[in-house]
Order: sequence, then C-alpha cells, then structure tokens
Amino acid sequence: MGLEIGLGHYLTVAAILFTLGVFGIFINRKNIIVILMSVELILLAVNLNLVAFSAHLQDLQGQVFAMMILTVAAAEAAIGLAILVIFYRNRGSIAVEDVNMMKG
Amino acid sequence: MNSDVTDFASLAPAHPEVLMALGVLVLLLVGVVINKERSALVSWLSVGLLAATGLLVMLQPADGVVFNGLFIADSFGRFMKVLVIGGAGLALILGMSNAEENGVHKYEYSVLALLATLGMMVMVSANDLMSLYVGLELQSLSLYVMAAIKRDDARASEAGLKYFVLGALSSGLLLYGASLIYGFTGHTNLGEIVVAIANEGRSIGLIFGVVFLLAGIAFKISAVPFHMWTPDVYEGAPTPVTAFFAMAPKVAAMTLMIRLVMDTFAPITSDWQQIVIFLSIASMVLAAFAAIGQQSIKRLIAYSSIGHVGFALVGLSSGTQVGVEGVAIYMAIYVGMTVALFACVLSLRTDKGYVETIDDLAGASKARPFVAAVMAIVMFSLIGLPPLAGFFAKWQVFLAAIEANLYVLSVIGMLASAVSAFYYLRVVKVMYFDEPKAEFAAVPGELNVLMAVFGFLIVTFYFTVGNPLASWAHTAAGSLF
Repeated sequence: MGLEIGLGHYLTVAAILFTLGVFGIFINRKNIIVILMSVELILLAVNLNLVAFSAHLQDLQGQVFAMMILTVAAAEAAIGLAILVIFYRNRGSIAVEDVNMMKG
Repeated sequence: MNSDVTDFASLAPAHPEVLMALGVLVLLLVGVVINKERSALVSWLSVGLLAATGLLVMLQPADGVVFNGLFIADSFGRFMKVLVIGGAGLALILGMSNAEENGVHKYEYSVLALLATLGMMVMVSANDLMSLYVGLELQSLSLYVMAAIKRDDARASEAGLKYFVLGALSSGLLLYGASLIYGFTGHTNLGEIVVAIANEGRSIGLIFGVVFLLAGIAFKISAVPFHMWTPDVYEGAPTPVTAFFAMAPKVAAMTLMIRLVMDTFAPITSDWQQIVIFLSIASMVLAAFAAIGQQSIKRLIAYSSIGHVGFALVGLSSGTQVGVEGVAIYMAIYVGMTVALFACVLSLRTDKGYVETIDDLAGASKARPFVAAVMAIVMFSLIGLPPLAGFFAKWQVFLAAIEANLYVLSVIGMLASAVSAFYYLRVVKVMYFDEPKAEFAAVPGELNVLMAVFGFLIVTFYFTVGNPLASWAHTAAGSLF
C-alpha cells in the first residue's frame, strides 16, 4: 500500500522546476550567475521530463535525448561563463541592473 | 528507414555537411598555424569553402533520409540551404573591409561563422527532435560568441550576454516542448510523430508541447512577443556580425518552423495556425510602430527585420503550398535586400568611425551619390513598392493569405506595411534633403561590387531573377506536400 509515484508526479516536479527556472530569469534583479543557474534548472526539468516519459513509454530514445542535453548544457554553461568574464572585464560588475547600455 | 552507414557513398544526402565539417576543422588548423596578421586568408578560404558547399548542395541530386532517420535531404532543404550558405558567405565578405575596427579580424570569427552555418544546415535538414536540437545549439553557441567577438568593447560584450541569456531561455522552452511532444506521441522522429498524431488525435499535452516548441523557434526568428533581444543585440554587436545575424540564422529558423508546422503538425493545422497568425500580426504591427522613434540605424534595421519576419509568417499562416512558396521567395528576397542594406551601411564611414544614427546620414547623397542611391532603392524595396523586388515578396505572401480566406490578416498586414513606409522614407529624406555634417571616407571595392550587383537585382527583379526563383521555390515547396 501507500502512495505510488507515477508519471504524473514526475511531470509535476519537472513543471515546477521549469517554472522556477523561467521566473528565476525574469524576476531576478541581482546577479547574472543566478540567471545561469536558472538556465540549468530549466534544462534539468526537461531532462527529468524526458527520463520519466522514457521509463513510462518503455522506450530508450528519451534517455538518449537526455544525454544529448546534458552534454550541450555543459558547453552552453562554458560559453555563458566566458561571455560573463569578458563582460566583467569591461564593466567591473555582474549585477543585472548594470546590463543597461542599450535600451529603447 | 534502416540506413546503416556502410560506406561514404551511402551518406550522399549529407555530403555537403560532411564537406563543411571537415573544411571547418582544416581551416581551424590553418588559422592556428599561419601567423595572425594573415587572417584575411582564412576569411577568403572560408568564403571559398562556403561556395564549394553551396555548389555541392545545388548539384547534389541525392535526396533521402540518412543517419537512421535523423537527417533528411529534399529540394525544400536544398533551396533553404543555398540561402543560408549564400547569406553567410556574403556576410563574411561584408566584414572584410575594416575588419580590425569591427573586431572581426581574428581568424576565429570566420571559423565560428562556418560552424554556425554548419549548425544551420543541420537545422534545415533536421528530421528528428534530437538533430533539430543539436543543430540549433551548434548554431546558437557559435552566434553567442560571435556577438561578443569584439571583447574589449563593452557594448559588444553586453550584446553577447543578452543574446546568451535569452537564447538559452529559448532553447529551454523549445526543449520543454520537445519533451512533451515526445511524451505524448512516443516518438522523436518527425515522420513518426506525424503518424502518431494522425492516429491518436490531439491531446492537451501535445498542444502544450507544440506551443512551447513554436515559442522557442519564434525566439530564433525574433517574432513578437519573443523579439526583445533583437534590437539590443543588433545594436551592440559589430556591424558585420549584425549582418550575419540578420540573414542566415533567420532563414534557418524559418525553415525549421515551416518544416515543423507544414509536415509534422499537419494533422493539427487549425491549432498551429492560430499561433502563427498571432505571431505574424504582432510582429508586423509592433515593428511598424516601434521603429518610428528609433535614432540608431542598427535598431531600425532590427525592427525592420522583425516586421519582415511578420510578413513572411503571413504566407505560412495560409498553410498551403502557395504560402510556403511565398515564404521561400520572401526569405530569398529578404536576404538580397539585407545584403545591399548592410553594404550601404558599412560603406558610409566618417572620420569618427561608422555612422551610428540616422542623422549621421545627412547629406550622403551629395558626398556618396551611388551609395545613397542604392540605399534609397533598398528602402523603397523594403517598403514594397513595385517594380522592386520587395513588392513581389509581399505580393506572393498576401496572395497566399487571401486565397486561404485570411482577409483580416491581409488587411492588417497591408496597413502595417503602409505605416512602416514612414520610417523607411525618413532615411531617404535625411540622405537627400538634409545638409551634410561630416566627410565620408572612401568606399571599399568589394562593397561597391555588392551594392551594384544587389541593387541591380532588386531593380530588375521581375525581368532577371524573378521567374527562375519562383519556379525553383515552386519545386522546393512541392517536396513538402
């Protein structure tokens, strides 16, 4: 007896993580590093979705897809941090409110 | 479907991509080995590699599906790949003059541009959610670095950062949609997804997936409401990079959109049609009004490109073969007009550097009559005045929309087009009727050639390239139906 953890629970957790990631990008007013973490959160939510579906469907493709996303996410984080470093060199700050040279 | 890679010949549909991938690696080595001052050599070699790949794409007769269904080569993809490769090569040539001032003199710039082009070719030929994602990321990751390539410039690094954050968000949206589509159809292959949708019908989860996937792609083509990165990135990035962004990536993402909605989501046409119509109207209207107040030329071009994406989506909204044909022609003409536009912008330099604001163009008609004339032609063509090329682009997409009984969409589009005439004509007015303020520097030779060639093609479109382009687009669109 007890609560069976099924596909719906995994999807709900993934949806919550995804929403947190999206809000982390838009509501966050402090630090760009937090934005990078939110991006990772979104990608992990997608991975959770894919693996849950893969197990539910008894099909391996979803897990292959998750592997692809993991590797690309690593490359993406590396490039994001590299751009962040040159931004810091030019502006001396990584606060979100300082990303404001262009507007309109 | 089972296409094991036994020999090189069995990869025939993917030969252009193979050539491109090997060529990029060789050029990277060449760039590392030769000394830094001769990176112009790498740029010209890159243009040569693009030309060779483009030729192979055009001459290659092999259609088909390879890599176990991940990759498809058809005449639609071939048409769009030629546009992507042409746009990328012309953008590289646009960056040749004053490369140092623009920060694009490093050999890494051409190598990154080639890698981005390879990613776009994979996007155009994607036949699976996985290859779609990998191609898109190869393109995006290269473009993030290209935006920030002038790394001692604060505005370029800010542009790179903004592009990265919003691009990563859009990839996330796209992936979330892809995961839902996989979950609710059980497949990642686009061909199998369409069968699954046709058999099982639509479910609410599938619709959610479609919305997220299309939102992710709408970011990449910068359709409203996912356009907010475009003006900032276009303004902050060095001008040759902006030219690159305005052409090839848009064509590739638009191809992806067309392939997905016309092929994969064909059984749920009435659902995706609402999304595309909304994107189209929002892009046309917002771009027409937001561009009016702009002072910066590059921001103006950004809003103009948002508007043109909206017009192209008018054709797609119809969901018919005529509509797809119209989008294909529209993207071809858009690339041609953009090349001429950026050739003009890059030709106008004062002693303080490149012209930044529209007021800096004052009196350009007296100092540089040829550049001003081409610029004026491009502006009239962007408005869509006959007999210039831009008119035939809009004609084709609105024709498709009216045939599909989308009258409201067509009327809104034509009104938006009329409003947009205001800001295009303002540029012409400043160039021809305002007093000159500064001296203009000499125009580099290759830009003169580009302006002459594309200016000529825009003016004589109906008599020269119009018919061959239309018949080729007809064949291309036919392969999707």
